[in-house]
Amino acid sequence: MAKSSNVFDMERLLQYVDFMKENDLTEIDLEQDGQKVRLSRGGVVQPLAAAPAPAAAAAPAAPADEAPADDEGDHIVTIDSPMVGTFYGSPNPDSPAFIKVGDSISSDTTVCIVEAMKVFNEISADVSGKVVAILVNDQDPVDCGKPMFKVDTRG
Amino acid sequence: MYKRILVANRGEIALRVIRACKELGIETIAIFSEGDRGAAYLDLADEAYCVGGVRSNESYLKIDRVISAAEVGNADAIHPGYGFLAENAHFNDVCRNCEIDFIGPLPESMEKLGDKNTARKMARAADVPVVPGSDGLIEDVKEAKRVAAEIGFPVLIKATAGGGGKGMRVAETEDDLENALQAAQQEAAAAFGNAGIYLEKYVGNPRHVEVQVIADQHGNVVHLWERDCSTQRRHQKLIEESPATNLPTEVRTAICDAAVRMIREANYHNAGTVEFIVDKDHNFYFIEVNARIQVEHPVSELVTGVDLIKNQIIVAAGEKLPFTQDDITCEGHAIECRINAENPDKNFQPCPGKIEHLVIPGGLGVRWDSHVYAGYTVPPYYDSMIGKLLVHRPTREEAIATMLRCLEELQVGGIETTASFHKKVLTHPEFAAGTIDTKFVERTF
Repeated sequence: MAKSSNVFDMERLLQYVDFMKENDLTEIDLEQDGQKVRLSRGGVVQPLAAAPAPAAAAAPAAPADEAPADDEGDHIVTIDSPMVGTFYGSPNPDSPAFIKVGDSISSDTTVCIVEAMKVFNEISADVSGKVVAILVNDQDPVDCGKPMFKVDTRG
Repeated sequence: MYKRILVANRGEIALRVIRACKELGIETIAIFSEGDRGAAYLDLADEAYCVGGVRSNESYLKIDRVISAAEVGNADAIHPGYGFLAENAHFNDVCRNCEIDFIGPLPESMEKLGDKNTARKMARAADVPVVPGSDGLIEDVKEAKRVAAEIGFPVLIKATAGGGGKGMRVAETEDDLENALQAAQQEAAAAFGNAGIYLEKYVGNPRHVEVQVIADQHGNVVHLWERDCSTQRRHQKLIEESPATNLPTEVRTAICDAAVRMIREANYHNAGTVEFIVDKDHNFYFIEVNARIQVEHPVSELVTGVDLIKNQIIVAAGEKLPFTQDDITCEGHAIECRINAENPDKNFQPCPGKIEHLVIPGGLGVRWDSHVYAGYTVPPYYDSMIGKLLVHRPTREEAIATMLRCLEELQVGGIETTASFHKKVLTHPEFAAGTIDTKFVERTF
């Protein structure tokens, strides 16, 4: 793309802008040697606060393998409540949660309890993958079909 | 008074109950199936919970989910509407065991009245005329023949656990009796899990006249006069009106007083309807009690000015009825047409689908009870009624004229409705003459 390896070279920045327009991108963050810049379409190029240590090299716009966990797409499914009741994330108040973000689960994994009419029902995942989001809080009411967890079936 | 009520129903009756609660300052919890998700009336409730899949037996009939929604939503009481769990004595019981009031009678009253044969016995005890018939359940063909000979043919064989017109057979002569008996028993066993049957004299071409009653928990029982529901097709009511035409006042009073006696005998409280058949000589006979609020309750609301749903809530909460029998008058004439999403030209085939366009009639004396709106999709999973069109005018002639005008104004684009059929019925000379009986529709159309 550019001859210069300096991301903040103006010529290179303008190339990023063209790249963004062509690919209909809204925003990219760039970082090099502790300096960052964010390009937002419709907005003005602004310097951001310098980071104390170099972070992983920012990829110029194309989705990278190390992209932040996206939680949309065909590979993302939700675990929905099968009944009306109260959600509990752990077996009892003193125990840790059944599952947390980042965990790998299988279809047998107990993911939560939904309490209905004084009966504590353990809910199985019925899917396998990696937990990417927990959508309800402890003691929230849930009803039939209410999404409780997001799972990345690839992971 | 209750702070929160869960409405264990859907569609127009759910909306009706939510309206009454709002006016009483009571919060509401609605329930819905996946088939009703997104319906606009749900937004009028304070909270709404999905209770399951599109089929009624996966959602509205799931007692555990309905109770769960009531617990999670902190409901003090449940209004069951009509249909679904409204006459389910077990559900009634479960509510009370979970310390949630059931807005309706006690489970025991419901159970006793739900058994038709027991209800007949209670009627006799209350000096309420019953159709001449067997003293109890029929054990065998020999007994059937004996009883039939006593009461006279034709006879009607009825399932004791029956309802909705199922498990019934007519035997015209003694030769028909054995086969009709077997058929009725089989149908009863299949439909209700109870093959018990009893016999009644078959009253030819009767009128269906029912009395709206409401009772509090302090012994006060008041009737709100009668409704004539003779315009039926396959035992489903199409048009209801009040008062019943061409019935002398003393006959109407006798029927309504009998209804009150029946309700007292059954130790019944809350709203209920006592059904009778009336023959051409104005003899009336008790048929059954509907232990719930009914679809056609607005007909009685219009002629008496009483809000039945509010009063159901008031008496369920333990308060006295705010009126006595002397306060109740029957003013003018009211007619209700049930507007169903069905095609009357194709044997009333159901027509679910999206309502693209809706124009609702208006003007003096017009009432529209409905949950539908332009853009609403009528789901295929539940009964086909999309709205109740009612008129209330000083005379029956004016009421018929106003209803015809309204049926012309009503426009439901995108689906077929029974509006055109109602126009045919209302313009028929027999309807105008008030000589309708329950066989009129089948005979004529």
